[in-house]
Amino acid sequence: MKIVVCIKQVPDTTEVKLDPVTGTLIRDGVPSIINPDDKGGLELALQLKDAYGAEVTVITMGPPQAEAVLREAYAMGADRVILLTDRKFAGADTLATSNALAGALRTLEYDLIITGRQAIDGDTAQVGPQIAEHLDIPQISYLEDLKYDGKKTFTVKKSTEDGYQILEVDSPCLVTVLSTANKARYMTVKGIVEAFNKQVEIWGFENIDVEEAKLGLKGSPTKVKKAFTKGVKSAGEIYEVDAEDSVGIIISKLKEKFII
Amino acid sequence: MDKSQYKNVFVFVEQREGNIQGVAIELLGKARNLADSLGENVYAMLLGKNIESKAQNLIAYGADKVIVASCDELDEYTTEAYTQAISQIVNEYKPSIILFGATTIGRDLGPRLSARLSTGLTADCTRLEISEEKEFLMTRPAFGGNLMATIVCPEHRPQMSTVRPGVMKAMDKDDSRKGEIEKIEINFNKDKFKVRIKETVKEKSNMIDIAEAKILVSGGRGVGSKEGFIALKNLAEVLNAEVSASRAVVDAGIVDHDRQVGQTGKTVRPNLYIACGISGAIQHMAGMEESDYIVAINKDRYAPIMQSADLGIVGDVKKIIPLLTERLKGLKK
Repeated sequence: MKIVVCIKQVPDTTEVKLDPVTGTLIRDGVPSIINPDDKGGLELALQLKDAYGAEVTVITMGPPQAEAVLREAYAMGADRVILLTDRKFAGADTLATSNALAGALRTLEYDLIITGRQAIDGDTAQVGPQIAEHLDIPQISYLEDLKYDGKKTFTVKKSTEDGYQILEVDSPCLVTVLSTANKARYMTVKGIVEAFNKQVEIWGFENIDVEEAKLGLKGSPTKVKKAFTKGVKSAGEIYEVDAEDSVGIIISKLKEKFII
Repeated sequence: MDKSQYKNVFVFVEQREGNIQGVAIELLGKARNLADSLGENVYAMLLGKNIESKAQNLIAYGADKVIVASCDELDEYTTEAYTQAISQIVNEYKPSIILFGATTIGRDLGPRLSARLSTGLTADCTRLEISEEKEFLMTRPAFGGNLMATIVCPEHRPQMSTVRPGVMKAMDKDDSRKGEIEKIEINFNKDKFKVRIKETVKEKSNMIDIAEAKILVSGGRGVGSKEGFIALKNLAEVLNAEVSASRAVVDAGIVDHDRQVGQTGKTVRPNLYIACGISGAIQHMAGMEESDYIVAINKDRYAPIMQSADLGIVGDVKKIIPLLTERLKGLKK
């Protein structure tokens, strides 16, 4: 079985803080990581490799420094890694991003394509289903668990708001995975050492199969008109008194606001 | 693309087992505002099986026209059947705007459609408005809620967005509103139906929805254990409130995920939000800052939540919560 996993390098948004005075974003020193849902997807691929001997290719689109997440993927057990990087891809919204990734996937063989459900910097959950549509293959999103019959059929547990669904689909198909689907393995020391001797393939526009008009800023139907921080809300009242008085203050405020 | 051919604001009306989801009603309210600003109409797209009886209600909640597609293929949601149905509606009716709920269904359907129709989709919008130049402005949080971005889709139609449940306000039901109901047939290409539903399981039978609660007593790391949450539950009972939680305690397995507030949980806007031992990570704030009145109880005077709270109490939740519960019980008598 051939599996391609699409991953994204993201800033660890849980480490991002707002400047309390100016309300602007403090980005300095924020570490870059493999997007958590994508890491869950990579782990799923590696588990299938362990069980069925799959060949796992990992692909990411991003600036040259995104190579770091591909080295990590190598160290976890990926067989081949590809960095899609080209000025023509820059400024892409989700649709243009999915066109670039689909363009690369058209030149690869796959039985299963895995993406994370969503990235923590954008939270859109769009690129996976969009890739599936471009490639004209079925998708299952919000994957919690996957079983493979060893031949061609996947049985997928899909998470929903009030429970789950069990869905069946044949290869080739695309699934989007939740980070909670599994616990990603650690890199081994041997894997880390080897990862630095392995080759990261660098692909540009000329390596992929897609029209240029569908890529980057030009290929993006949506544009950012403006971006802003929400700023700091005017502070309310803060009291530091004993428990008895605290309770008194809370009750009088709630009465004042007609809440109780 | 000739944009002038595309008119009217469409809402995808999500149903599960024939029950119209609350988010669809909220979206009709928003669509009403947008359509009024544009001088256009609101269309509800109602897809399902034996679903016609639900159409009239959508008119009472703001639709001018309800397009009903009722057949076996649309009984339970599948990506391909729904994508084909909505694509056909888009090609026939040419909507300018389509709104979807940002649910597991809307977030599966929306992107598939955007790729099929080669148009833009803006996810999880928290504000939708029409500018003075009649441009559709879609504002959403990005970067884990740290940054807000206003997105436009200038050259492609339809302009599509998803909105999380609880973000928009439904309009008051008006049974005297008049509208049209139109039934349509969908021409499916069934060769493309590749995903088979084996089982649909509802795990949470008496599901609580914290997004509906008027008062939330919410706990974070500072509440600590399951025992700590029992104290919150007691307070919630006295206030006729629900208990919610921050991501930290949900991840620790202390509270179920359906009670999680924040970027990866639910968006809530209750009349009163009591944050107990919650530091107020930006991801959490993104889910509750629209609450009318916020009380924060925290040991740390400098915790970020103290900046956003209307009332900040510096102290130990483990002491204050039981005492507050007792006092409120006393007041009730």
